[in-house]
Amino acid sequence: MELLDSFIFITLIKAAVVLAVLLTTLAYLQWVERKVIAHVQVRPGPYRVGPHGLLQPVADIIKLLTKEDLLPPYVNKPLYLLAPFLAISMALLSISVIPFGPMIKVGPVTTWMQLTDLNIGVLFILAVSSMGVYGIALAGWASNNKYALIGGLRSSAQMISYELPMSLAIAAPLLISNTLSLRELVMSQAGGIFHWNILHGPFPQVISFIIFMIAAFAETNRVPFDLPEAENELVAGFHTEYSSMKFASFFMAEYANMITVSAMATLLFLGGWMAPWPVAWGANLVPTVIFAIAGVTALYHGANPARKRDKLTLPVFGIIFLIIAGVFLLPIVQSWLLPLFWFAAKTGAILFLFMWVRATLPRFRYDQLMGFTWKFLFPVAMLNLLVTSFLVAWTTK
Amino acid sequence: MMNAVPISWFLTLSAILFALGVAGFLFRRNIITVFMSIELMLNAVNLSFVTFSYQHKEVSGHLFTFFVMVVAAAEAAVGLAIILTVFKGRSTLNIDDVNSMKH
Amino acid sequence: MDVILFLIFAVVAVVCAINVVVQTHPISSALSLVGVMGSLAVLYLLLGAEFIAAAQVIVYAGAIMVLFVFVIMLLNAGAETKKGRSYLIPGAPLLIVFLGLMAYYVQRYLFPESAVVRFGGFTGGGPKDIGNALFTTYLLPFEVTSILILVAIIGAVVLARKEIE
Repeated sequence: MELLDSFIFITLIKAAVVLAVLLTTLAYLQWVERKVIAHVQVRPGPYRVGPHGLLQPVADIIKLLTKEDLLPPYVNKPLYLLAPFLAISMALLSISVIPFGPMIKVGPVTTWMQLTDLNIGVLFILAVSSMGVYGIALAGWASNNKYALIGGLRSSAQMISYELPMSLAIAAPLLISNTLSLRELVMSQAGGIFHWNILHGPFPQVISFIIFMIAAFAETNRVPFDLPEAENELVAGFHTEYSSMKFASFFMAEYANMITVSAMATLLFLGGWMAPWPVAWGANLVPTVIFAIAGVTALYHGANPARKRDKLTLPVFGIIFLIIAGVFLLPIVQSWLLPLFWFAAKTGAILFLFMWVRATLPRFRYDQLMGFTWKFLFPVAMLNLLVTSFLVAWTTK
Repeated sequence: MMNAVPISWFLTLSAILFALGVAGFLFRRNIITVFMSIELMLNAVNLSFVTFSYQHKEVSGHLFTFFVMVVAAAEAAVGLAIILTVFKGRSTLNIDDVNSMKH
Repeated sequence: MDVILFLIFAVVAVVCAINVVVQTHPISSALSLVGVMGSLAVLYLLLGAEFIAAAQVIVYAGAIMVLFVFVIMLLNAGAETKKGRSYLIPGAPLLIVFLGLMAYYVQRYLFPESAVVRFGGFTGGGPKDIGNALFTTYLLPFEVTSILILVAIIGAVVLARKEIE
């Protein structure tokens, strides 16, 4: 009973930590997106609410919570209330199998930085994302509104069509790593950048990575595949009749899905929490160097800033970055902070790619989108899987 | 005893689900509900297969379940296409109304 | 602990199955069927069938039922209005009791080694074992079902396309 208590207790603590970090990240991911898109369009973005707009997500949350939560009288009430709940719970559920780092020792307990390791981890994430389609389809149906229905059906048809090339693109690096468990998947990519699945073995999985990223854009309903929820099409798509917290749940579900597919891309192709070159060649100093450069740049620009407000905020940020750079040098925290840094850096790079693409590309028309997956991506993914399996079978004895 | 379920309970559950599927198939008039009762029967049979696979400690039962799922997918696709065609012709989903070949 | 888990999900499965048969609007029946499939997936996990549980959620609940839900939403035929002669009320419980008792006694007395099911009792249901069996012993059915799916795709596309005037 002692052991069982301890396991449940540790898992609850881990779940609470992951949930807290995830919800904060979801809120601030929207800030990062608005800043990235703004700077791509050469404008400052959110700037006034707090230093450099850092309190903007707080303002948005207060706005969303205090808006009138309208329940239109003509909707199908049970399904109307069920749909955002399904969307957000499936989006958050898939985070539970993602490994953030290796085994760590916190006080008397040794545990992996992962909520649970299933030996069918990849299939679990695919299953949970298949169930997420229901949230959108039911939202469109329950709203009793023809624009919402068409938007919901288009969006769900797009999601299930793009699940096919995504599954085939996931299957190819699984042939190289030979396991479905996410923890073992990361462990099989140890040893530096040439062991990562994207550059590994008999067939570098570059095509799989590109197909996975394209399918991930479509799965999360992001530009260039966001026709079903674009503002100037179809009113607002499947979430037309939703307001306040339920609307916020659809948005949180979209960002959580983005985080999940970026984490999947990191785990499958980019080596998870593994450093790109061995520790002996100085991989531990990379975060320190990055934060030190950021801190020095912020201090330099703080000396003669473009806007008067920055005379105070930029030097403060510079000092904070230098303190973080120093924290990365402490040996106590290095065992868990460094893998976490690599995982966050890789996932963050892919999330930045999502936002960069949103700021740059126009969107596909619906028939172009569906034609693209069935006539191009699916055959290419099948060919890629065929070539990978042939080469893997040829080179293993 | 508290942490072990007798196998007969699984088979009883499978029989109950199968019986409910048969009841839905025989007594409902909407063709899509009839089709869903067929899927319910197939699921009940899948549960039986997996249960017996556990009893004999073999993996063949799981394989049969896999093939049943694949065949159910193919059948659902073609069946729903047929339902769409019938609806286009007759604008009704009630199987009592599709009786133009009765004398 | 396993007994409690089994009882919860078995009750959920039976309640959802009754809902499938009893509800008038097809979309409620479809969502209840998704509930049945989800609870069956948990029961498969109890029986050690991990791959089948994942395949059940991905293929059955996540693709086939989505197809059903699409067709119901597109056809938009509404709830059933005409009541047929209702043999459902005495007929269905008799059927259930009969089949349930039959299954129970068949298993108890024809297979007397009273086996019990617990988590971890059968570890041969993982993807590796399924893959081994699928590509060695059951290779012919595997290839035949892929041709079957091809035929089904062609059939569905032909049946559902617009007539060219």
